[in-house]
Amino acid sequence: MALTLYEKIFNRHVVKGLEDSYLIYIDRHLIHEVTSPQAFDGIRLNKRKIWRTDSIVAVPDHNVPTLDREQGIQDPISKIQVDTLDSNCVEFGLNQFKMNDTRQGIVHVIGPEQGLTLPGMTIVCGDSHTSTHGAFGALAMGIGTSEVEHVLATQCLIVRKLKTMQINVNGQAPKFISAKDIALAIIGHIGTAGGTGYAIEFAGDAIKDLSMEGRMTLCNMAIEAGARAGMVAVDDKTINYLKDRPYVPQGELWEMAIKDWKQLVSDKDAAFDQVINLDAGLIEPQVTWGTSPEMVTSISGFIPDPNLQSGSKKKSYLQALKYMNLEPNLPISDIPVDRVFIGSCTNSRIEDLRSAAEIVKSKKVAKSIKQAMVVPGSGLVKMQAEKEGLDQIFINAGFEWRQPGCSMCLAMNADRLESGEHCASTSNRNFEGRQGQGGRTHLVSPEMAAAAAIYGKFVDIRKL
Amino acid sequence: MEKYKRHSGVVIPLDRANVDTDAIIPKQFLKSIKKTGFGKNLFDEWRYRDHGEPDQDESTRQINHEFVLNQPQYKGGTILLARENFGCGSSREHAPWAILDYGIRTIIAPSFADIFYSNCFKNGILPITLSEELTQNFFEKSLNIAKFSLEIDLQHQKVIDGETSYHFDIDDFKKYCLLEGLDDIGLTLKNENDIQLFESQYKKNYPWLIRE
Repeated sequence: MALTLYEKIFNRHVVKGLEDSYLIYIDRHLIHEVTSPQAFDGIRLNKRKIWRTDSIVAVPDHNVPTLDREQGIQDPISKIQVDTLDSNCVEFGLNQFKMNDTRQGIVHVIGPEQGLTLPGMTIVCGDSHTSTHGAFGALAMGIGTSEVEHVLATQCLIVRKLKTMQINVNGQAPKFISAKDIALAIIGHIGTAGGTGYAIEFAGDAIKDLSMEGRMTLCNMAIEAGARAGMVAVDDKTINYLKDRPYVPQGELWEMAIKDWKQLVSDKDAAFDQVINLDAGLIEPQVTWGTSPEMVTSISGFIPDPNLQSGSKKKSYLQALKYMNLEPNLPISDIPVDRVFIGSCTNSRIEDLRSAAEIVKSKKVAKSIKQAMVVPGSGLVKMQAEKEGLDQIFINAGFEWRQPGCSMCLAMNADRLESGEHCASTSNRNFEGRQGQGGRTHLVSPEMAAAAAIYGKFVDIRKL
Repeated sequence: MEKYKRHSGVVIPLDRANVDTDAIIPKQFLKSIKKTGFGKNLFDEWRYRDHGEPDQDESTRQINHEFVLNQPQYKGGTILLARENFGCGSSREHAPWAILDYGIRTIIAPSFADIFYSNCFKNGILPITLSEELTQNFFEKSLNIAKFSLEIDLQHQKVIDGETSYHFDIDDFKKYCLLEGLDDIGLTLKNENDIQLFESQYKKNYPWLIRE
């Protein structure tokens, strides 16, 4: 029987069929400081053991400061959370990249970077953006803290089989159209609940053309379309990216693994529950205007008129425009921009920084911009960027060059928007208050964010 | 986990679509390493006019009287009525912890986000999916009838509105765990042998994935 990629991976992990769900085996468990303390408490309270400690890698990322971290964490409550992760890792004997380790970074950046993410794996993390790892032909899902505890204790998860959706992005993406634009265009098309209950496989020529970094950006945003898992089939790019990374198998095991991984593609005649086709050639640089990632249009677009909508959509549009303080029919290019954030598990990898730096090179941040910051996804991304001189390009232009972490994507540390400020952000969520109470987020690609910093507003990077 | 059998309570209508977990419990409260104490900050940015921080004295907060939780007719409500895609966004289980800590045991909506939906069950909260039409009907009633209440009978999968009752669907296993207040880790560990057996075969098939 012809199988989809999702079904192939799912089937090989089924420990047991239950009444209306399955017990599936988990290969890799990534842990961070925010969603794990209560799970470790549960393990202790019930006197349970951790099933397989070598499947776990921990890293603090949400709370860590991005400035002067050598001096420790100033916020006492954040410090307790990071210290708690440290003590749990010591108590249970877990591998952790601690805050001042060069390998530290955003959990979804370091997993692939270290080769902890491999094709065919089931990967979980108490974080919705775990879908990122699906870029490697893995089944990667975000879970809650109770499920974190469940996986710690049993190495398994109780799940229902997801429906399958194939999104084909056909043709060639035009110059300056990045994975972020493709992701936002898809979400604009199917909506933030369009993928609920599905595992999405991204396919088509435009996806094959993407680098691994681009595929990670795309799968990262699958959750913003409602899908717990996003994935891309394995090809040579996948294998070349992984080769010789610290945690990938070596020698004979590597050869065996490659042979297996090459089968991790959907069979030609595999049936999906839903198939969606998009033409890459029609995608323009995307900018969100509202408080949900589906409230998105292109740089040449306008703020929509809620009065042309009806029912709950009209209500949502009205609420969003009130929060964003934007008028219907305003050109996107007239939205004021106060701050610029380049970072997050969506867009903080080396390629993202390279393409942003390309736009910034020999230019200056506009005077009207209060702050423009670049937060690399990991210590190793930061080092690589510095080796290439990207840090100097950003600093010379007036950007702040920070230390790695989640930073202003969710503003759990000191990096945040003030109420009323508009931010051009390469992150993944434009929810009310996400980047700081009253803050107004516009999701864009790294290139678009870089250009917004230089010109003080959103500009069409294709015309620069 | 507290057993969920029958439950009745005043309905709190939260008339917004795509309510995300950032709105349910803002990030500054996720720094707690406990599971309790989040109720006072449920919907913090909508519920108060000032900025909230953990360990703040509640009596000094500026209440937003327009927000549904602050309206006297919905005080003490235990059933949250919501619109489509409730609980989207982050996987933070602090969201159901905050809902439970506030005293809500049931959420009714036309649809829920996946991760939030499964997080509810782990905490003794019953998320009920009903049609748009029916939720709209309940919205109208809860907005117009003082102390409009519903009764939930989980065993028989019914939402009871006075003389009328409506069926809802739920997984058998999830229902069983809620009814019995069971921790599913204990249940999974009953399969310990199956997991070990699976693991040893798996190690042979994919030796690069499990290294000693």
